[in-house]
Amino acid sequence: MAAHLKKRVYEEFTKVVQQQEEITTKKLRLTKPSKSAALHIDLCKATSPADALQYLLQFARKPVEAESVEGVVRILLEHYYKENDPSVRLKIASLLGLLSKTAGFSPDCIMDDAINILQNEKSHQVLAQLLDTLLAIGTKLSENQAIQMRLVDVACKHLTDTSHGVRNKCLQLLGNLGSLEKSVTKDAEGLAIRDVQKIIGDYFSDQDPRVRTAAIKAMLQLHERGLKLHQTIYNQACKLLSDDYEQVRSAAVQLIWVVSQLYPESIVPIPSSNEEIRLVDDAFGKICHMVSDGSWVVRVQAAKLLGSMEQVSSHFLEQTLDKKLMSDLRRKRTAHERAKELYSSGEFSSGRKWGDDAPKEEVDTGAVNLIQSGACGAFVHGLEDEMYEVRIAAVEALCMLAQSSSSFAEKCLDFLVDMFNDEIEEVRLQSIHTMRKISNNITLREDQLDTILGVLEDSSRDIREALHELLCCANVSTKEGIHLALVELLKNLTKYPTDRDSIWKCLKFLGSRHPTLVLPLVPELLSTHPFFDTAEPDMDDPAYIAVLVLIFNAAKSCPTMPALFSDHTFRHYAYLRDSLSHLVPALRLSGRKLVSSAVSPNITPHEDPSHQFLQQSLERVYSLQHLDPQGTQELLEFTIRDLQRLGELQSELAGVADFSAAYLRCQLLLIKALQEKLWNVAAPLYLKQSDLASAAAKQIMEETYKMEFMYSGVENKQVVIIHHMRLQAKALQLIVTARTTRGVDLLFGMCEKFLQEVDFFQRCFIADLPHLQDSFVDKLLDLMPRLITSKPAEVVKILQTMLRQSTFLHLPLPEQIHKASATIIEPAGESDNPLRFTSGLVVALDVDATLEHVQDPQSTVKVQVLYPDGQAQMIHPKPADFRNPGPGRHRLITQVYLSHTAWTEPCQVEVRLLLAYNSNSRIPKSPWMEGGEISAQAETSIEGTIPFSKSVKVYIMPKPTRR
Amino acid sequence: MRSFPSPRALQARGPECPGGLGQAAGPWPSGRGQRAVGEGRVWQHLPGPVPAGAGQDVGRSCILVSIGGKNVMLDCGMHMGFNDDRRFPDFSYITRNGRLTDFLDCVIISHFHLDHCGALPYFSEMVGYDGPIYMTHPTQAICPILLEDYRKIAVDKKGEANFFTSQMIKDCMKKVVAVRLHQTVQVDEELQIKAYYAGHVLGAAMFQIKVGSESVVYTGDYNMTPDRHLGAAWIDKCRPNLLITESTYATTIRDSKRCRERDFLKKVHETVERGGKVLIPVFALGRAQELCILLETFWERMNLKAPIYFSTGLTEKANHYYKLFITWTNQKIRKTFVQRNMFEFKHIKAFDRAFADNPGPMVVFATPGMLHAGQSLQIFRKWAGNEKNMVIMPGYCVQGTVGHKILSGQRKLEMEGRQVLEIRMQVEYMSFSAHADAKGIMQLVGQAEPESVLLVHGEAKKMEFLKQKIEQEFRVSCYMPANGETVTLPTSPSIPVGISLGLLKREMAQGLLPDAKKPRLLHGTLIMKDSNFRLVSSEQALKELGLAEHQLRFTCRVHLHDSRKEQETAMRVYSHLKSLLKDHCVQHLPDGSVTVESILIQAAAHSEDPGTKVLLVSWTYQDEELGSYLTSLLKKGLPPAPSGGS
Repeated sequence: MAAHLKKRVYEEFTKVVQQQEEITTKKLRLTKPSKSAALHIDLCKATSPADALQYLLQFARKPVEAESVEGVVRILLEHYYKENDPSVRLKIASLLGLLSKTAGFSPDCIMDDAINILQNEKSHQVLAQLLDTLLAIGTKLSENQAIQMRLVDVACKHLTDTSHGVRNKCLQLLGNLGSLEKSVTKDAEGLAIRDVQKIIGDYFSDQDPRVRTAAIKAMLQLHERGLKLHQTIYNQACKLLSDDYEQVRSAAVQLIWVVSQLYPESIVPIPSSNEEIRLVDDAFGKICHMVSDGSWVVRVQAAKLLGSMEQVSSHFLEQTLDKKLMSDLRRKRTAHERAKELYSSGEFSSGRKWGDDAPKEEVDTGAVNLIQSGACGAFVHGLEDEMYEVRIAAVEALCMLAQSSSSFAEKCLDFLVDMFNDEIEEVRLQSIHTMRKISNNITLREDQLDTILGVLEDSSRDIREALHELLCCANVSTKEGIHLALVELLKNLTKYPTDRDSIWKCLKFLGSRHPTLVLPLVPELLSTHPFFDTAEPDMDDPAYIAVLVLIFNAAKSCPTMPALFSDHTFRHYAYLRDSLSHLVPALRLSGRKLVSSAVSPNITPHEDPSHQFLQQSLERVYSLQHLDPQGTQELLEFTIRDLQRLGELQSELAGVADFSAAYLRCQLLLIKALQEKLWNVAAPLYLKQSDLASAAAKQIMEETYKMEFMYSGVENKQVVIIHHMRLQAKALQLIVTARTTRGVDLLFGMCEKFLQEVDFFQRCFIADLPHLQDSFVDKLLDLMPRLITSKPAEVVKILQTMLRQSTFLHLPLPEQIHKASATIIEPAGESDNPLRFTSGLVVALDVDATLEHVQDPQSTVKVQVLYPDGQAQMIHPKPADFRNPGPGRHRLITQVYLSHTAWTEPCQVEVRLLLAYNSNSRIPKSPWMEGGEISAQAETSIEGTIPFSKSVKVYIMPKPTRR
Repeated sequence: MRSFPSPRALQARGPECPGGLGQAAGPWPSGRGQRAVGEGRVWQHLPGPVPAGAGQDVGRSCILVSIGGKNVMLDCGMHMGFNDDRRFPDFSYITRNGRLTDFLDCVIISHFHLDHCGALPYFSEMVGYDGPIYMTHPTQAICPILLEDYRKIAVDKKGEANFFTSQMIKDCMKKVVAVRLHQTVQVDEELQIKAYYAGHVLGAAMFQIKVGSESVVYTGDYNMTPDRHLGAAWIDKCRPNLLITESTYATTIRDSKRCRERDFLKKVHETVERGGKVLIPVFALGRAQELCILLETFWERMNLKAPIYFSTGLTEKANHYYKLFITWTNQKIRKTFVQRNMFEFKHIKAFDRAFADNPGPMVVFATPGMLHAGQSLQIFRKWAGNEKNMVIMPGYCVQGTVGHKILSGQRKLEMEGRQVLEIRMQVEYMSFSAHADAKGIMQLVGQAEPESVLLVHGEAKKMEFLKQKIEQEFRVSCYMPANGETVTLPTSPSIPVGISLGLLKREMAQGLLPDAKKPRLLHGTLIMKDSNFRLVSSEQALKELGLAEHQLRFTCRVHLHDSRKEQETAMRVYSHLKSLLKDHCVQHLPDGSVTVESILIQAAAHSEDPGTKVLLVSWTYQDEELGSYLTSLLKKGLPPAPSGGS
């Protein structure tokens, strides 16, 4: 009987499947509920476990909807009970886990079954997989206390399993679901209160290293979930530091770190002595010891964690830099100490003799600790490590510790300086950056400065520029130091002339930071003489400019300095103040005619008034929407002009002002286009005039793209307005085309496309529609049913009236908005010598540009080369060509290859930067889109580019090939 | 039961012959060194008395280890200081009569330095040994070059007779079996060896020698800090019975390498910048390559143009092998060799004699390292007069050489032919050594976790310090055998015992909590039969042996001062135990006695003193542990009763 029934069930299912084949693909949704059925049939058909496994694998490839999950789960469970082959059971168990993660499905209904099958399962692998499934269920239902307790119970039961996999999963489960102490007391009805920490802690001494690792990880997981770990764990964890297996040690280091952060001030005894120390110090010593571990994974881990232990006593911290050198049992001074001594004794420049590193006093053999001295020399070892990963981690840790302790910063300086000589560039760069970060805390000694400056000759541009930045914020102690720095920088300038800007900038800060040290150097630097006039230096010499930048910046806060200048220096000042105003500050020069004081940057107008001005002028525009067109137009024009000017004056408001101005310009264009008197004129006569309207439409489109993609910080509310404006432009375009073209077919297509776009707009911004009351699109959507059915001509007519009636939408200003901009530093476009190359071959042109406020420049920024024949070439720079020197700033250093056929004489090509965009990137993802119907999206996506830098002209000359 | 031989060690040391006092005896005095009765001997030769802080490379390494009945010779070095028979070990000492091949199971060479492999052709071809010789691939490749060079100097230049020939070197190398890192080589059925990376020079290795459960690790020379071309030595936690480690720098903790490198580069750079010439005398292999890499990368980084030259000959061949054995170098070279092999020098070119007179700055590496002869001395004479020039000595110089003289500050040198050479050039000393310092040695000991440590290749006075430290910090025994002393190391070999599965499972089920590697108490009966061991349950043992079971019960009386009644005392005992033994089942029976699991406690009044109660504790043999614990607990007395009893 049962068999008969089942057969019938199958027959029904089969029918469904047949139906599925008949139905056209469009109604796919209808067949979806039959998924479970199909699976059931497949599994029944399967003759061998391998077959079943294949079906399951196929099934797993397709997603399952939330509503059909339960059915599928039931079928899977049914098969699970019947299945003998563990591999199939394993797959089913893993599928259960996957399915229970489905959004919108509540897995509590399958939990009982899962626990049930767990009890009868024999295979360890399947058991582990089932526990994994339970973990998925448990994390999904993290609010339900009772379920959590139950799962923890299950996990505890299986902890004694002989397979490491099962124990692993149990511990993972405990770590993820183990209840927090507070709630246990409340909800623990019927279930014994389990001390999860103790249970997990017991497995720290499991015989399998994988289980030990899992136990430590579970403990860390508990900590992450907010459970306060007991201090008793500390001792257990310390024992694990000497484990045989690296993963255990690595996890144990983490655990020790966690405990040390939880109980930094607790006191722990030092074994084999009566002393006691703070726990954080003890932990620090232990982690330091791990820096010389046998496994580099552990070493990296330990070195990284050291950086975040800020509560450590300075006594311990400073030990990390002291290795306690000795030679033949006599105390020896490090090279660093010797250098310092030499420096302080005043014979810095003398060469070193053999044997000056000879060891001095005898060391007490009993007092020397070779191993258990904890923190001793940890960083010395870390910085000398074989693996650069460890070295980088150590440098980072040094940086973090030095930032919090200035005395430590002073001490670690020598070591950082040594790292400038590392064999791996990354490490060198990292240590330079680190040095810059801590430079506020330190003053460079002359000998240290000397070593640092040696790196200026490095052939890597990154290193040099990082060093310039370091010098910008370094404190130098003596005037000799300043002189040395200047000399080395000038050397650098002659060796690598491309560093010009960076060096000037560096000298600017160097000057303004050390005015008193520069003062005594001025006569020497300017080579002035008390009695004789000296020759006037060449004003275009970059080295001379560099010296002047240093002096002028120092003079800014040193009023006595200008007295030392000679006449031509003042002339040069006036010239440089104009040409390099960002490098040369305004000086108060007595008795001289100054550059108009109005522009003096000292008088910074208070921010509020200008911001208010911006607000007011915008509000004025928005309130004036019903005035006569003439007045509106004028007001818009004035406001745009005001905003532009405001943007120029107030750099912090430039983004907002430009953004608003662009919007108003769009509006102005739209109004102008609609005000054309010729709208009423018959179409044929109008033909000639249509230029203006269609040009306006095109321009609005461009502006909207700029608004959308060239500004960082644009939020969704602005995107809606921008899209709305674009929709209006498209409507305008449609109207214009309708009036100028004759064919209906073309128009028909355009209409349809337009309506699609309206539809798209509606779907994308459905949440924002209420804000668009009375707007163009609001009205449009009201009339949508009518538009769909009407003919193109009618649609155009409706659109036209609506466009005229539509109101002016208020553009809410975003919090932070910045316009993307780019400046091409190189090529400078000054050269009169053409780049000559043989036609057909390529010439490499170095391009160096700074980008401001560009998001994701790697994918958006392109270089365009325009040849005189109108041919344009787009170059995609490599991701590695972009550097990120600061927040919101990027630097592009790349090579562009030029090539052309032979020219008769040299001509200029234009190089500029473009910002590529894709109209889909900004659109918020609506739930509707997740359904997978991407096709609609792709149709409307528009890709384009916006030029965002001034173009630079490069003189080139492709020569004909000589044969 | 089979007896397990313990590895023993004997060490004998040749007489120190400073300045070659005319002693005819070989390095191993046959009169003094006892013939070891057992299987094991370790001979070791220490460097002659050289000035302090140097001379590590001058010496003979040749160590014999006997382990588990196998004899292994570790290294086969020669002594640079002697030119007579004493330069080679006296191999006749190993076996008086009988062939070496029969006595030695294998020979292991740790690296290619001559004080570790120089006597190899003599040993294998002239004395006669046909067994396997193990070394790493780079050592196998470079070793014959050095041997051939050594032979040429000895025979062609000094005209010595009775020296090994080129053919002998070739024949010797035919007996070599090359091993890879971490490859376990089965020498015979019982003996296996495994190589670990040792830094020091290209191809240097540490060897683990293992017979059964016993093992010895021999480090050779090693370096725990990486340098510009090699990585750091590394070994896993192999827990050998004995670790034989070099101890050249037993009493030194070295400064960071970076300062030295920086100083070196700065000096070279400054000299080159002011137009001077730099001479760096080096030995052909090892440090020379490190310095080359250092300068090459610096030139590359700083975009310098001054030429660097390397004197030709032996070096070129060696550089070729450095290019080949990239896997043996450090992380940076290994990672970048796909783009460019670091040993394919861009800036370093071969030197020609004529270049020395070229104007303008240059850097020249020239052999030999102590400026005592050859090209380096020639160049030195040419350049010494100019104060713009500089000579950098990268290593130690033996007394009497030009190198030593200039380092100790002499500014006028007498050359042959009564010439006087005035030195105006700058003289600098830079030590680049590739041995582990005291911290490094301790680090390696910590990594390997040996049961005992044996220090070799160092000075006795310095070893003493290190020995003390090792014993103090690792709590392992440490040996530094003096000359002619025998060291025997007892080992505790593990004996496999079979256990019945039933018993194992039963015992496993009892303790639920895992306790890793801690020894676990297991009750069973050990049966030794036909030289195999079995652990079975007592029931089964009884059955097998046909014995009847006997019950063994312990009773113990504990006197307690308690004036109250027996029941009350029992009650107090009950509550006391209940509070202490939470994990056990404590019961108070109606008849007034207390049970803890199966242990019975009864309280009775003392027959004479009513103020004292006698607690009778009784337990079976199986509960011995808990029973004795309980007794000791009760002997401590009961806590004062809350009611304020006596």
